[in-house]
Amino acid sequence: MNPKVKWSIAAVLILLLLGGLYMLEQILPANSIIFTVLQKGAIYSLIAVSLNLLNGFTGLFSLGQAGFMLIGAYTYAVLTIPPESRAAVYQYYDGGIIDFALPVPVAMILAGVAAGICAFLIGLPVLRMKGDYLAIATLGFAEIIRAIVQYDKLGPITNGSNLLRSFPVFHSTLFPFIVSGICIAVICLLINSSYGRAFKAIRDDEIAAEAMGINLFMHKEMALVTSAFFAGIGGALLAMFQMMVQARAFTSAMTYEILLIVVIGGIGSVTGSVIASFLFIASSEWWLRFLDEAQFIGGMQVPFLRPGFRMVVFSVIIMFVVLFYRKGIMGTKEFSIEGIYRFFTKGRSKAGKGAK
Amino acid sequence: MDNLAYYIQQLLAGVSVGGQYALIAIGYTMVYGILRLINFAHGDIFMAAGFFMVYTSASMPLYVSIPLTLLLTVILGVAVERIAYKPLRQAPRMSIMISAIGVSYLLQNFATYYTGGLPRSYPTIPFISETIKIGSVSTSWITLLTPVLTLILIIALVFLIKYTKVGMAMRAVSRDFETAQLMGIKINNVISMTFVIGSFLAAVGSILFFTRYPTVTPIIGAMPGLKAFVAAGFGGIGSIPGAVIGAFIIGICENIIKSLGYTTFSDAFTFVLLIVVLIFRPSGLFGEKQTEKV
Repeated sequence: MNPKVKWSIAAVLILLLLGGLYMLEQILPANSIIFTVLQKGAIYSLIAVSLNLLNGFTGLFSLGQAGFMLIGAYTYAVLTIPPESRAAVYQYYDGGIIDFALPVPVAMILAGVAAGICAFLIGLPVLRMKGDYLAIATLGFAEIIRAIVQYDKLGPITNGSNLLRSFPVFHSTLFPFIVSGICIAVICLLINSSYGRAFKAIRDDEIAAEAMGINLFMHKEMALVTSAFFAGIGGALLAMFQMMVQARAFTSAMTYEILLIVVIGGIGSVTGSVIASFLFIASSEWWLRFLDEAQFIGGMQVPFLRPGFRMVVFSVIIMFVVLFYRKGIMGTKEFSIEGIYRFFTKGRSKAGKGAK
Repeated sequence: MDNLAYYIQQLLAGVSVGGQYALIAIGYTMVYGILRLINFAHGDIFMAAGFFMVYTSASMPLYVSIPLTLLLTVILGVAVERIAYKPLRQAPRMSIMISAIGVSYLLQNFATYYTGGLPRSYPTIPFISETIKIGSVSTSWITLLTPVLTLILIIALVFLIKYTKVGMAMRAVSRDFETAQLMGIKINNVISMTFVIGSFLAAVGSILFFTRYPTVTPIIGAMPGLKAFVAAGFGGIGSIPGAVIGAFIIGICENIIKSLGYTTFSDAFTFVLLIVVLIFRPSGLFGEKQTEKV
């Protein structure tokens, strides 16, 4: 397909999507569950894609994503709380020691940069380890980060173990979509560049990749820092979505959740991660919601339905996917305009052959 | 003099906590040795054992409910292996690890649903939770009993692995999975046996643990599980003595740090210790060297 045609189709589709979202916001009330799902889905897409860059494309089994998100979320929150609200937020620490607020875009980029710097430092010792030890060590670092942030002595900056709030948040669903979209596009560009090919070479065979002259350590470090950068921005978005941030929430369970999304979408597929995030969030927050309330069919109460049942059903579904659809929704394939075009033209040419 | 008593008390507590971690860590390390799988669901098996005890002791006397708890935990552990890990035996290692995470998620959610998410108080077991005084050091029986019981169980385990047929089969499987299969070892039985032992020890660990921290919540398994897992990694994952020594070191260090007043850091310190060890010995204190063939 002509690249010009492809790009214009992509541009039209993106505009349609954004336009559709805008329309949706005009029609539906602002507290509709659809917006929660769309916003959280968009944020989780970015985080899942960033984890996929490490696990799926570079073959590094890292479990530190929650730690990087935490750094991003805190950096954003700490730098953007307006000075007049600081006294209320930092009530136990005399208003904290920072008395300025940065503009939102700057703070978001700094959130990514802070997570990236941290990842770079973590990478120095950790990336020399192999396989499972890498997973253990990154998990450990995520826990250490969580403990440091909650440390009392850092209270004037991080507010200790109390929550941070009153920072600027987004009011339109378009915002997380645009930010996540741009970030995912950048990750895609990286994956398709020569660096991305080096990442895949490392994933497929480390020793062969090294023999071909790929600097293992440098490329791994690069994948880790990039992944952490975008996880940091994702963390900032998550903080905005929740309107508050607390270190206690960023446990290893959060990393596992994102890892599950990556696996359900297909390890090594960007579009798979995005689709899986929306499905994951939609079914956990919305579609299965009815399972949490007592339901009556013809005057008979349906057994088992009470709060918590939704998550049981949800985890059973996940187990089914993990056991029986091991490759995930997309496998390592990507969902692309070209692919659809080829699908249709192939179908047509086959039909043509049949007619002959 | 009071200070000394205090420190001895803390040290004893550390040894006791270390013993509990050791019992859980063995489950991680044995499964890893045989399946090369980090069994993320192990911490939740430990949590489930806590709930089994809570629910069985509500209607039964302790001498029935304790064995029943052990039995139920073992059944749960083996069931998890049969349902979630066995179908993935030929799959890449990543899938089976994800399956373990899925099981952990399922067990936590199920426990939240079943209990309504409320913390349950653990039954008090008479005698072992009573305090005793030795000189000026006051401590509870459980603190003294834990390391002793741990050591007895570990010695029994080492005997089992060294001198019985099952143990020999386990060693063979952990050395070379496929060759062992060709030699006629029934792999599935050996793997089930590993899960039986791991879950049994986790159940014992849970009884000891909850006598000291007597509330059970659906996510309580996460932290002790993670610590035990770190202990296993620290000692060299796959090695039983490594896991036990790692667990004791972590338990003691954690209590020393708590007694110095840095409670926030007691969890983080565990991981710092782990990372320092892994930097200098990338496969743990007693781990096998990982060599890669082209």
